[in-house]
Amino acid sequence: MATQAADETLRADSPQQPDAVVVRFAGDSGDGMQLTGGQFTLSTALAGNDLATFPDFPAEIRAPQGTLFGVSAFQINFGSTEIDTAGDAPDVLVAMNPAALKTNVEALKPGGLIIADTGEFSKRNLEKAKYDTNPIDDGSLAKWQVLAFDISAQTIEAVKPFGLGTKDALRCKNMWTLGLALWMFDRPREPIHQWLRAKFRSKPELADANIAALDAGHAYGETAELAGPLRQTHLPPVPSEPGLYRTITGAEAVSLGLVAGAQLADLPMFFGGYPITPASAILHHLARLKEYHVTTFQAEDEIAAICAAIGASYAGQLGVTSSSGPGIALKGEAMGLAIMTELPLVIVNSQRGGPSTGLPTKTEQSDLYQAVYGRNGDAPMPVIAARSPSDAFECAIEACRIAVQYMTPVMLLTDGYIANAAEPWKVPDPASYAPFPVQFLAARNDGENLLPYKRDNKGARPWIRPGTPGLMHRIGGIEKALGTGNLDYSPANHQAMTDARQNKVLGVAVPDQEVCLGEAGGKLAVVGWGSTYGPIHQAVRRARAKGMDVSHIHVRHIWPLPANLGDLLRGFDRVLVPEMNTGQFKTVLRDQYLVDAQPLNKVSGQPFTIAELEAAIEGALG
Amino acid sequence: MNEMTKIETTLKDWETDQEVRWCPGCGDYAILKAVQRTLPQLGSDPANTVFVSGIGCSSRFPYYMETYGFHTIHGRAPAVATGVKLANPDLDVWLVTGDGDGLSIGGNHLMHVLRRNVNMQIMLFNNEIYGLTKGQYSPTSRIGTRSPSTPIGSVDRPAIPCAFALGAGARFVARGFDVSKHLPDVLMAAHAHQGAAFIEIFQNCIVYNKDVFEGFAAPKGAEDRQLWLKNGEPMLFAGGTQGIALDSENLCLKVVDVVAKEDGTPDWQAAGVIVHDVTNRSIAHMLVELPFGPFPMALGVLYDDPRPTFEAAVAEERAKATSGKQPDLAKLLGSGQTWVVEGEDGHPAV
Repeated sequence: MATQAADETLRADSPQQPDAVVVRFAGDSGDGMQLTGGQFTLSTALAGNDLATFPDFPAEIRAPQGTLFGVSAFQINFGSTEIDTAGDAPDVLVAMNPAALKTNVEALKPGGLIIADTGEFSKRNLEKAKYDTNPIDDGSLAKWQVLAFDISAQTIEAVKPFGLGTKDALRCKNMWTLGLALWMFDRPREPIHQWLRAKFRSKPELADANIAALDAGHAYGETAELAGPLRQTHLPPVPSEPGLYRTITGAEAVSLGLVAGAQLADLPMFFGGYPITPASAILHHLARLKEYHVTTFQAEDEIAAICAAIGASYAGQLGVTSSSGPGIALKGEAMGLAIMTELPLVIVNSQRGGPSTGLPTKTEQSDLYQAVYGRNGDAPMPVIAARSPSDAFECAIEACRIAVQYMTPVMLLTDGYIANAAEPWKVPDPASYAPFPVQFLAARNDGENLLPYKRDNKGARPWIRPGTPGLMHRIGGIEKALGTGNLDYSPANHQAMTDARQNKVLGVAVPDQEVCLGEAGGKLAVVGWGSTYGPIHQAVRRARAKGMDVSHIHVRHIWPLPANLGDLLRGFDRVLVPEMNTGQFKTVLRDQYLVDAQPLNKVSGQPFTIAELEAAIEGALG
Repeated sequence: MNEMTKIETTLKDWETDQEVRWCPGCGDYAILKAVQRTLPQLGSDPANTVFVSGIGCSSRFPYYMETYGFHTIHGRAPAVATGVKLANPDLDVWLVTGDGDGLSIGGNHLMHVLRRNVNMQIMLFNNEIYGLTKGQYSPTSRIGTRSPSTPIGSVDRPAIPCAFALGAGARFVARGFDVSKHLPDVLMAAHAHQGAAFIEIFQNCIVYNKDVFEGFAAPKGAEDRQLWLKNGEPMLFAGGTQGIALDSENLCLKVVDVVAKEDGTPDWQAAGVIVHDVTNRSIAHMLVELPFGPFPMALGVLYDDPRPTFEAAVAEERAKATSGKQPDLAKLLGSGQTWVVEGEDGHPAV
């Protein structure tokens, strides 16, 4: 893969072809921007470019039309070089109405291209977007290039032959825009045609209308090229390892990883869920995979979702539950039950902005304390964090493995960004993963006696399925006696059982921490976890290219931490911990290793930009 | 679960080696014995039987049953039991809960396990008080109940467990009480019902709410205040001298006196006494609401009209959805729109 980051600006007057381009589609939440972005992503992947996306949409399903808070955006960074982030600043902004322009234009690079639909720049829409004058004409967009024309009228004209009403005709606007974008980046239209025909199988007239709009947008590009600021850009494919590729979002990767994990454990999977943004996508994916021995159960609430999963684990399936911050909080007591009864369970937390309802559709990493510490009593639990959509597949398998091998609940952390973002994924061969088949206890394990809490060399108790003759026993949330599991409140026993639970989790085999870029010692380590991987990696790469002594360490195993991490961090003069929270992992690192970890925090609901991290690195090395 | 092979056991086979820790004289002892007497009669297999409970005095029950047992967390037993049943529908699941556990903190889960109709027996021990937390009033306590948290009496109206169950969509609703000799019959009827079978068991908390059910459950002299409902038989009580008739003008039930015929048998037809039909949902709604006092306590099987169970529906849907499909993980991972990168120059081919 290419190693040089690309940050050239797409300039119409530049004869050079850039290595990478950032495009942001922004419109009303009813304009279909996420769909447009998704299909553009697909065409980008099919063209062999590397890519990363950032869907950014409001919490309201249909916010009042034309308002600032109803704007939905989809950003994609793609190129003929390795892409790690959705890009700092867009080169191209497609603004479907004044509100979309207003909320997004400041992010656009100076000299970047604005494509605006003047058909939506009516007096009323300008007022809704709080514009006193029309920005298209008043000179306020002077530092950018503007291509403003009536996309609405063009679309209506294009779909005229299909006899749609104006409202339905205008709904094809997003396909018209996509057609133009396909032309701009020299992409074939055929895959989108196929997709539209499949999507509107039962309504062929809508398929035809959308295809006509797409083709019209494409044709417009060819015509407009001669006169305006529009140029066609061709980004050659990224040289990458041979193999089968697809695009994947974090939610898809988690779902597939759980299916793979259950299969490697040789268990049916039971998934208990409750609708919550942004975690629901996992429930939706798994609900369609019944033939993979997956049972999905939409429970009456978050608590029932985890409790049913615990019941299924007790009965011998791999129990899984999934939620986001507020739902995870509700599940806390039940996690304690799984810890106490030592049953395997995977809990996926797709983090979002908090506290309380917070920012349901925006990303944040502020559930780390909740994951590591957020339960009553001494309740240790392994925690793993995925760093990207494709990494979520590996992490889900790892979570299943730890859960069944150590008889413990495991929390897998992703976030809104990972859940929704897409990236190309080299499809792995399932046979390349070592199976970890579960052995249920089949006979009494202590001579004539049954000891449900007898521990193996990992500290794990046996998994005993109800229905097994001769192994009847009782478990529950009350403290249990060593070995027998009978009720036991005695002081020495509670000490011993607390220690046993603690040691089991601290003893989970975690691979040594590697340095993902740079040396294993030096002036500065930038330590991240989760979805900050992309921007940290690019920022460290750029800083190193400028000759700075900085390394990137990205931690997957949040609890227990890798055994060598303390020594590794002590090998650096400074440790910088960028997080999308107010410094949670920083606190854990300070506590565990007494290192002077310095926080770099952002809680705006948006991912870090590379530039922000570069500046922080330069500041730290000052 | 009723298709299971019947096996021979005795009461002793269902007792654990654990010391029972309820207060001496607690009604729970009688219920425990009734259950341990019932299971051998059902031919149940201890290895295939699971008791799931929540939190409270009643929820200690699983520890005393030589079966599989799961003492879960407050109010959540129905959710845990639903997971157990979906994971292994062959298990015979008994749920044990109380008025606080089942109707207060766990009211939502109880509603949904009944609505979904998960095949299990749900025993709600109603003592109208929180026992294990030392005597606070509960959602079934009568208005005016004095307790540590309501020193001058509770003011909120109590829930009626059987009315709650029926309202939630239960297809089997029954009542019994701890020391009743008929309790095993009620439990057997519940077990025979395919689906969620709800049984309210009045239980005497001798420490915090002693003898609140004396009106109909006193060891002697209260039989006249019990209306034992039997399918296909007239609703008679007080030795056949009184019965329940339909007041068709006001659409409610009423107590009528029954006069004996010349041969001495009660002429209940003449008095308009109705015959109990366990599948009559309208009458069931009236029976669960009958206020004790003006009416006797309605006991036995109030309603029993099975519908397909949740786990059967889930299995059926699975069979339909997976018919003709072979799981192929490699294929699944590589599904959707894919592209192949070939050779060393890395040019993609769609």
